Amino acid sequence: MYKYDTYDQAMVDARVEEFRDQARRRLEGKLTEDQFKPLRLMNGLYLQLHAYMLRVAIPYGTLNSAQMTVLGDIADKYDRGYGHFTTRQNLQYNWIKLEDAADILADLAKVEMHAIQTSGNCIRNISSDHFAGASHDELIDPRPYAELLRQWSSFHPEFTYLPRKFKICVIAAEKDRAAMRLHDIGIQIVEQDGAIGARFYVGGGMGRTPMIAPMIREFVPLDQLITYAEACLRVYNRHGRRDNKYKARIKILVHELGKEEYTRQVEEEFAHMLDQGVEPPLAEIERLRTFFAPPAFEDGPKTLDRSDPDFALWVDRNTHRHRHDSYVSAVISLKPVGGIPGDATGDQMRLMAKLARAYSFDELRIMHTQNVVLPHVKIADLHALWTELDAAGLGAPNLDTIEDIIACPGLDYCSLANARSIPLAQRISERFAAKGKTEELGELKLKISGCINACGHHHAGHIGILGVDRKGKENFQLSLGGSEAEDVSLAKITGPGFDEDGVIDAVEKVTDVYLGAREGDERFLDTYRRIGMAPFKEALYG
Amino acid sequence: MDNPLGTSPDEVQFRFRDDEVVDHGTVTVDACCDQTNATAVRIEPGDDARELLSFLDRLALVEVNFPSFADGRGYSAARILREAGYTGELRAVGDIGVDQLSHLRRCGFDAFAPDHRLDEEDAARAFATWDNVYQKTVDGRPTIQELRHE
Amino acid sequence: MKVLTGNDLKTGDVIWWTGSDWSRHVDDAGDVGDEGEEILAREEAARRVNVPYIIEASREDDGSVRPAHIKDRVRALGPTVRPDLTLKPKDPEALDWII
Ligand code: HEM
Ligand code: SF4
Repeated sequence: MYKYDTYDQAMVDARVEEFRDQARRRLEGKLTEDQFKPLRLMNGLYLQLHAYMLRVAIPYGTLNSAQMTVLGDIADKYDRGYGHFTTRQNLQYNWIKLEDAADILADLAKVEMHAIQTSGNCIRNISSDHFAGASHDELIDPRPYAELLRQWSSFHPEFTYLPRKFKICVIAAEKDRAAMRLHDIGIQIVEQDGAIGARFYVGGGMGRTPMIAPMIREFVPLDQLITYAEACLRVYNRHGRRDNKYKARIKILVHELGKEEYTRQVEEEFAHMLDQGVEPPLAEIERLRTFFAPPAFEDGPKTLDRSDPDFALWVDRNTHRHRHDSYVSAVISLKPVGGIPGDATGDQMRLMAKLARAYSFDELRIMHTQNVVLPHVKIADLHALWTELDAAGLGAPNLDTIEDIIACPGLDYCSLANARSIPLAQRISERFAAKGKTEELGELKLKISGCINACGHHHAGHIGILGVDRKGKENFQLSLGGSEAEDVSLAKITGPGFDEDGVIDAVEKVTDVYLGAREGDERFLDTYRRIGMAPFKEALYG
Repeated sequence: MDNPLGTSPDEVQFRFRDDEVVDHGTVTVDACCDQTNATAVRIEPGDDARELLSFLDRLALVEVNFPSFADGRGYSAARILREAGYTGELRAVGDIGVDQLSHLRRCGFDAFAPDHRLDEEDAARAFATWDNVYQKTVDGRPTIQELRHE
Repeated sequence: MKVLTGNDLKTGDVIWWTGSDWSRHVDDAGDVGDEGEEILAREEAARRVNVPYIIEASREDDGSVRPAHIKDRVRALGPTVRPDLTLKPKDPEALDWII
C-alpha cells in the first residue's frame, strides 16, 4: 500500500488547517454560506436532511487496518456509531457537526486519510478495481497510476473550479469491475505490441443524461499519462458550459462537439502540453510501484473442506480467484437480508480491520457495490475467517445476487431525493430471501437511486429502480438491461411507474419472466438481451 | 478611470511584480485583435486566450475577469498565456476570494484586484497555503515528485 | 400555515422557528405568515440558522404541526430506516406519520 512521505503528510495537514480556518471564518460570519459551500464541499462536507454529512475519500478503494479502525472510531466519537460505504468507494458519515469537522479531518490525517475533493466541481476521488493487485486476470496493478493521478489531481490549481464534478477511474483488466466507462475519464491499462499503455475513454457518466464513454485514444504511453489527462481536462475546462448545471458534465461536451472534434482538440492540446514538462519524472512511478509490490505470498493448500454447506455456499458466492493459487480475495457483504446496503457500525469496521490484519496482509478494499474485500486471504484461512464474519453478521453469501442491492441514501438522508431507496432494498432482499429464490436467480444486479442523479447506478442495473415524485407521493420507475461491466449498457424504462408495494411485485414479476424464458445458464441480463423488453412489459402491464 | 473596462491601480490589492503598475484602460479581446496599438486587454470567461498569442509582445497588462469565482475558465486562460511566454502583468479581477488566491497565483497571476477588499491576514495565509506542490505549472516551482528524486 | 425551517449552523440539527426562537421539534413551529422572508434574512445574517427556507404546513387537531412535503416530515422526525435515531425512538407509529 502507498505510504505518505513528509510531503504528502504536509499537504493533508495543511489542508486540515486551511479548512479549520475556513470553518472559523464561516462561524465568525466572514464567509457567507454561498462562499463557504464550495469550500466545504471540496472537503466533502454536505448539508443533508438531518445534519452535515462528511464524505471521506478512500483512494482507489484501498485502505489498511489502522485506517479502517480510525473510520470506526470516528463513527463512534463524532457520529452515531455507523457509516455508509458508497458506490464511489468512499465512506459517508451522516450526523456531523460543523464544529467537529476540522477535528475529524485531523484524526483522519493522522492515518493518512482525508476528505479532499470528495465533492465539489473538481477532480474527485480516483476509483479503481477492488481486486487490483490481487486478481488473476490483471495485466498489472493499476494502483500506482491511480496514486499518481491522486497526487496530480489534489489541489490542481487549474482544475479546482471546473464546470462540474469530474470522476476518473483506472483499471488494468479486461473485466471491468469498476464501472470504468461510466466515468468522466475511464482509463484502461492495456498491452499493445509488447508495450504497456493507457486507453482513454472520455465522457461517460450517469445522472440525468447517462452516457457510455467513447474511446478517444487507444494507447497513451504510460510516461505521458498525466500529460494526456491534463489535456483532456483543459479542453473541458475551457469549453465546459457553466450556464446550465445539467449540461455541464464532460459527457455533454463530448456529445455536443462530437467525439472526433473533442479528440482533435485534446490531441492539439496534448502536443502543446508535451513541451510543458508537466509529466512527473519516471523515477516517481518507479517509486510508487514499490509500494504496491505483491506481499510475500506463501504456497499452501489449494483446496478446502466443503463439508459445511453454508461455508461452501459463501466460498462459491463471495470469493474471487487470486493471482496466487493458494489465495483468494474474499468479499465481506454489507448486504445482510433486510439490512441497509453499505452501512457498517463502528464495531464492524474495527472487526473488519482486525480480520484484515489477521488474514489479508493488513489490507482492505471498498467495492463500488458497497461491500468490503479482503484481497489476499489464504485458502487455508478461509474457514476461520468465515466463522468470525458469520458470528458478526457479516457472512451473507450473496455477492452479485438480488440481495446484493446497491441503494443510495435516498429520502431517508439525502436532500435531493424524491423517494426512499433503502426501505425498498430492505424489502426486496427480504422477499427474495424468504422465498428462497436468491440462488436460483444467480447473478442479478439490482440498483436503486432515490432521484435522477443516479448515485445508486440505476441506469447500470440489470434491474434499475429510480425514485420519482408523483404528486407529492413516492413513485418508482423500473428499468431493465443495464450493466456497468465490460458489457456496459444503459437500462431502459419498462413503462409507467409503481408505488412501493407495486414496484416490489414488479421486480418479482420480471424475475419470473426470466426464470420462465432462461436458456442454459443465461443470466437475467443475457435473457433480457435475447428476448427484449416485450415479454417483461406484457407481464407488468399486459 | 474613464474606461469602464479595466481596474485602476488603486484596486489592485496584491501584486507580485516590481515594475510600475500599468495604468490605462483595457480593451476586449476582439478589439485587441483589431487595434494594433492596444497594450492592455481584458479576457472574459468565454474568450479564447489563444487569440492573443500573436500579440503578446506588445501587451503590458492582461486582465482576466472572474464574474463568478466558481467559473474557472480564467485559470486555463492564464496558464495558456504564461505557457506561451507572456511576461507582462496578469491581473485577476472580479469575484475573487481568499480561497482562490493560491490557485490563481499558481496559474500565473501576479496581480489581484478583487471586487471587495480581502482581509490582509487571511490573504497572506492563503498565499502561503502550500509549502510544496504536486503539479508542474507556470509558476516555476519544482514539484514534490521532482523534489523526491533530486 | 407557513413555517420557517433550516439547520443549526454549528451542529447541523434540523430546527424550526417558533415565533421567537428555534426549536428542534416541529410541533413547536409557529406560523410566520408574510414575515417569513424577513425573519429568514435576519436569522441567517445572525448565523443562528443555515440554509433556511419557508414551507407549507398544517396545524392538526391535536396541535401538532405537519409539513406538507414528505421531505420535511423526514427532516422533522429522522431517517425512517433507523427509528432508533429519530426524535421518537419509542413510538412505532411515528413512521406512519411521515408517509
Ligand atoms: C447523500 C448525499 C449525496 C448527494 C447530495 C449527492 C449528489 C449527487 C448529484 C447532484 C449527482 C449528479 C451529478 C451530475 O449528474 O452532474 C450525483 C451523482 C452521483 N453520485 Fe451522488 N450524492 C450523494 C450521495 C451519494 C452516495 C451515497 C453515493 C454512493 C452510493 C453517490 C454516488 C454517486 C454516483 C456514482 C453518481 C453518478 C456519477 C455520474 O453522474 O457520473 N452519491 N450525486
Ligand atoms: S440519487 Fe438522488 S437521492 Fe440518491 S443519493 Fe443521489 S442525489 Fe440523493
